[in-house]
Amino acid sequence: MKRVVGELGVEKVHVWRGDRHVLKGVSLTLRPGEILHVSGPNGTGKTTLLRVVCGLLRPEQGRVSWLGKSIAAIRDEYQAALAYASHEPALKGDLTALENLRFSVGLKRRVAPAELRASLERTGVAACADLPVRVLSAGQRRRVALARVLAMAASLWLLDEPFTNLDAAGADLVSGLLQSHAAQGGLALVVAHHDLKLDCPVRRLELAA
Amino acid sequence: MKVGAWGAMILVVRRELCLSFRRPDQLLQPLVFFLIVTTLFPLGLTLQLSLLRDMAPGVLWVAALLSSLLSLDSLFKSDADDGTLEQLALCGQGLTVIVVAKTFAHWLVSGAALVLVSPVVATALGIPVGAFSIMMLSLGLGTLTLSWLGAIGAALTVGLRRGNVLLSLIVLPLAMPLLIFGAGATDRAISGVSPAGALYFLAALCVFTCTLAPFAATVALRITLE
Repeated sequence: MKRVVGELGVEKVHVWRGDRHVLKGVSLTLRPGEILHVSGPNGTGKTTLLRVVCGLLRPEQGRVSWLGKSIAAIRDEYQAALAYASHEPALKGDLTALENLRFSVGLKRRVAPAELRASLERTGVAACADLPVRVLSAGQRRRVALARVLAMAASLWLLDEPFTNLDAAGADLVSGLLQSHAAQGGLALVVAHHDLKLDCPVRRLELAA
Repeated sequence: MKVGAWGAMILVVRRELCLSFRRPDQLLQPLVFFLIVTTLFPLGLTLQLSLLRDMAPGVLWVAALLSSLLSLDSLFKSDADDGTLEQLALCGQGLTVIVVAKTFAHWLVSGAALVLVSPVVATALGIPVGAFSIMMLSLGLGTLTLSWLGAIGAALTVGLRRGNVLLSLIVLPLAMPLLIFGAGATDRAISGVSPAGALYFLAALCVFTCTLAPFAATVALRITLE
């Protein structure tokens, strides 16, 4: 599995939502193998920061760069290198778990169904592969969404509250996945209220109100 | 290995068709509406074939416009509601590719299906068989144009809670030329006059929207995603 590993830089990003100043000059850098845990009280702009880093939201001031280039300039290349998991699982209820993966991962890279099944297996939902997502529980959906992140084989993971709805084993699973991702030189930005208990070093960014 | 734009487009079209066929009620609703509205007219009017024939092109086209509008609302909204639109926007293919594929798939299940059932309706309205080919051609061009206009409207209103009313207000005025030239072409074909002029106009509108609407809809969608 070839991974394009790069460096993420966020420089003095400011975002206003209406007249609310949500992000006040946030800066961060992320190097290969690093995990950054973003935390802070509700409403301090954690999700907003993640959306800015994705490129879904353009900051009023500041810039986000990947490999030293602005992400707006290399959008397609940057998007191919990232996997975003929003706080909702973002799955189609009428499609099976496997189809959901095929139709979203398939847009990023050519992928065989066996590989998708393997990633569903890693997140412990192989048995649900051929069931419509609408019959799955919230925790199972979260696991399917995690399988999608895995299958994208991206170097930058952007996870918004990945522990939501997961049981203890599920939380350990996420930690394990993050560790092996970092060990392979991947980058991850994780928004979570939960403390990340990982064996590898985790940097922290605390957003204040 | 990276996926090309064509490969991505085919995949999105397959996704959309797959989703449509999993929801047959939503798939059939515009078609049933089209059939019911057009067959109510002959029942409601007096039994004069000539009167019915004079009104047929207008009835057919108004019903086609309204039934296409029914399904437009969900073009981007269902994906925006469950978050899959963000995933599509981040797939590394450029949002335009996604917009083109989704709109084309929408036309396949609404416009093209409507064209296919139009001979049934035309028979009920007393349109002669000789005019069917022109009627179907004009409906095909018209519904494709309407899907593109609708894509802009749907992209603009995707973030609104009651967007469908605004959507009709945006799209219907823009669809007036379609109604005029579409019904005109069908009318001419019925009365045996060459419909070429009206058809050329429809084709020009279709090419115009096909080339510019994807970009307009992409920009609109990008704004609403923020």
